[in-house]
Amino acid sequence: MSDAQELQVQQKREVDKKTEGTAPGRTFLPVTDIFETPEALTVVLEMPGVDRNSIEANVEDDVVTIEGRIDFSKYEGMQPVYTEYNVGHYARSFEISNKIDQSKISAQMKDGVVTIVLPKAEQAKPRKIQVS
Amino acid sequence: MFASFSDPFETLLTLQRALDSRIASDWMGRGTAAIGSFPPINIFQKADDFVAVVELPGIDKSDLEIEAKENTIRIRGKKASAYGEQASVHRRERISGVFDRTVSVPIRIEPDRIKAEYRDGILALFIPRAEADKPRSIKIS
Repeated sequence: MSDAQELQVQQKREVDKKTEGTAPGRTFLPVTDIFETPEALTVVLEMPGVDRNSIEANVEDDVVTIEGRIDFSKYEGMQPVYTEYNVGHYARSFEISNKIDQSKISAQMKDGVVTIVLPKAEQAKPRKIQVS
Repeated sequence: MFASFSDPFETLLTLQRALDSRIASDWMGRGTAAIGSFPPINIFQKADDFVAVVELPGIDKSDLEIEAKENTIRIRGKKASAYGEQASVHRRERISGVFDRTVSVPIRIEPDRIKAEYRDGILALFIPRAEADKPRSIKIS
């Protein structure tokens, strides 16, 4: 993207749930980038307002699920006068292949951005083939 | 109004409804840049003062500049997301680039006393209302 172009706000998308939650309120899909290097697959999710202790990442049946909860008690005593976005918890899940070494998955959080590194299993890493 | 947080299950929904009801309210008047400008801003009243809550995930604090003059606040910065040469990108939803947004609030504020806090991807600006602008109770003699 060129630097001269002005950034536009992205509309938050709501989670399309297969099952209904028991607590009322909306959950949003975090904006996500996914990239791959020879060593790992990395998932980067934006969850503004979520601190590192309120993140939960689980791997189950080849599905990695990331949930982030916002602390909305911070809004106590605050009366909105003008708003442009809504707030809510975040949740998103991705199917991963068996090429991932599930025991080595790691996550870190900085400035509202979660980075999940899914290292590839040894046999899945690409090998250079020498031409003789 | 969601001043009461007695029921932990109702509160998020109550907050979300309160935010919805104020989406693009006319509080800012016509003087403000259109909605859709980055970054998105919510403005709250807290007692006599105001709090602007801005969603800015993944910003380096040193890339963020905030200026205030009279009743105008300007937020400038750069949002970067680079993954190196070796990376092949499968999905790209995050946006990156420069932003520059100016907001004029329809109240008199004390620009020198604005406090800014950046945490967990949220920029909070604590905006004190000017003394002269605060409502006064009038005694009946």
